[in-house]
Order: sequence, then C-alpha cells, then structure tokens
Amino acid sequence: MMHSALIVAVIALVTALIRFAPFLLFPQDRELPAIVTKLSSLLPSAVIGMLVVYCLKGVKLLSSPHGIPEMVSCAFVVLLHVWKRNTLLSILGGTVLYMILLQLVFA
Amino acid sequence: MDTAKKAFTASLPVMAGYFVLGSAFGVLLSDKGYSFVWAFAMSLFIYAGSMQYVAISLLTGGASLISTALMTFMVNLRHLFYGISMLKKYGGTGKYRPYLIFSLTDETYALVVNGAPEGTDEHLYYFLLSLFDHCYWVAGSTIGGLIGAALTFDTTGIDFAMTALFVTIFLEQLLAAEDYFPAVTGVLATVLSLILFGPDAFLIPAMLLISVVLTVYGLLQMKREKTAETDAPAAGREEEER
Repeated sequence: MMHSALIVAVIALVTALIRFAPFLLFPQDRELPAIVTKLSSLLPSAVIGMLVVYCLKGVKLLSSPHGIPEMVSCAFVVLLHVWKRNTLLSILGGTVLYMILLQLVFA
Repeated sequence: MDTAKKAFTASLPVMAGYFVLGSAFGVLLSDKGYSFVWAFAMSLFIYAGSMQYVAISLLTGGASLISTALMTFMVNLRHLFYGISMLKKYGGTGKYRPYLIFSLTDETYALVVNGAPEGTDEHLYYFLLSLFDHCYWVAGSTIGGLIGAALTFDTTGIDFAMTALFVTIFLEQLLAAEDYFPAVTGVLATVLSLILFGPDAFLIPAMLLISVVLTVYGLLQMKREKTAETDAPAAGREEEER
C-alpha cells in the first residue's frame, strides 16, 4: 500500500507540474513573446480538434461494426447541434443514440 | 448569483460525463481491491481522467516510480497546450489562479477557452466552473468506489458523452471561426499520427506536429501583418476600421 500511495503521489506531482509549467515559464508580470500570444489564439480550435480524434482513437474501422455507431452518432450530434444550438440536448441525444446502437442494434 | 447560475448551467454536460466516467473509474478501482478512499483521494489530488484509468494498471502491476512518472508525462503532456492558450485569460486571476491552473482538465479547458458569458464576474465564473467540474469528478468516483460492481444498469456506450461534448465545442468554434486552418491542422495532424504511430503512441507526435505547423503559420501571419503595417499604414488602418 505504501508503494501504491507513492505511485499516486508521483502521478499527482507530474500532472500538476505539466499544468503549471506554461505559467511558470511565462510569468504574469512579463510581456508575453508575440509568437506565444499568437499561438494562444491559434491553439484552441486545433486542440479541441485533437481531442475529438483522441476520443475516437479506439474505433476500429477494419472490423465489425466498422465505426458505424461512432460515425452515425457524431453526425447526429452535428446535425442536432446545427439545428438547435443547444449543447446539452446535442450531447444527450448523441449519447442516447450511441447507447441504443451499441446495446441493441450492433449488440 | 448570476455568475454561479451561468457557471452551473455550462457545467451540466461535464456533470453527466464526469459522473459516468468517474463512477466507472471508482468501480474498476474497487474491483482491484482499492477501497473508495483511494478513488476519492486520486480524483481529488490527481484529477486527470484518462491518466487515472492508466493508473489502475500501474497500481495493480506495481510499476516503478520512474516508469510511473514517464507514463504520466506522456499521457498528460497535452495539458501544456491548455496552459499556453489560457496564459492571458488566467492572468490577473489573483487568488483563484493556482486552483484554476491545477484543475485545468480537458473538459474544463473546453468550457473556459471560449471565455465567460457577458454579465458575469469573469474570474469567479472560471473558478466556479472549475470547482463544479472537480466536484462532479470526485463525487462520481467516490460513489463508484462505494457501490462497486452493484451497478445493474447497462451503461455500455455512455462514455460517448465526452466525445459528444468535444464535438459540439469543436463545432461551435468552427461556426465562429474566420480562419479554419488551426482546426483543420488539429484534426489532420492527429489523424495522421494516429495512422502512423497507432492508438498508444500518437498523442505526442500529434502535439509536436501541431506545434510546428501552427508556429510556422503564426510566424508567417505575424510577418504578413508587419509588412502590411510598414508598406501601407493607411490601408492597414482602413482594414481595422472595417
């Protein structure tokens, strides 16, 4: 159990270090380099795009069901969201559809 | 009060996702013989979803502290991006700042990156949003650890809530964007490195590729802005006025 506690402590410490690193590297009282300011405006949509792919990394296109539940549900989220522009509704709708597809249709 | 209400409403999608993913984490951990106290402490102090799932195998396999540190570094390095893009927004947040930085998860980042809604206390909004999300995660995993495998409801597929959250946020950004280059770069670079490096090792190459491409793109943009300014200052001003 002692070793387990140390493992947890190391994970917590390294995670916090990564999260604090940019703020330690660029302290508030100093002017940000222009390229960093530029990057901070370019990064967000790239990073969210990366996270979408990150969420779908486990999808296997080559074996059944060929990522169909994921594609159908993502498309449904997009349509629902463009139509209603309600984040909660889009997430709820997409998730329920995905669960039905996995549990009933492609079970 | 209005700030709290708006922060709470914004946090609802994460509430759903964190309760589910958090309790699943608690259940898995208790299956391996670690009581709910472990789930509680890990969610409170580590507060990094995917890493906590990895941690289960590190714990049960008795991993060394060095490999634990390396693994954490690789899985969580993406958080560097969040910090860099929040430098400005989290500047001058005073007493909230350390907690805001500590609690900057994927989902919280996705919610705060677009700023606070009008009519709210911006810093308080960020703080409450971060705190609410953290509470959901800790509560979810503790409950999961307590009830263990007693769950009878078939939750297969419910983790899609997080994917759906990122899809809607990505869409919001696309709908608001004047420049699609960063979004397209993010998706293509990640897909490319997923194909090249596989699902276990693609994240760091993807981050490197995104950083390089966007840095070059940013530098070119800055250079263009500068020449526009020096060559035709009048035209530049006109552009701004329009």
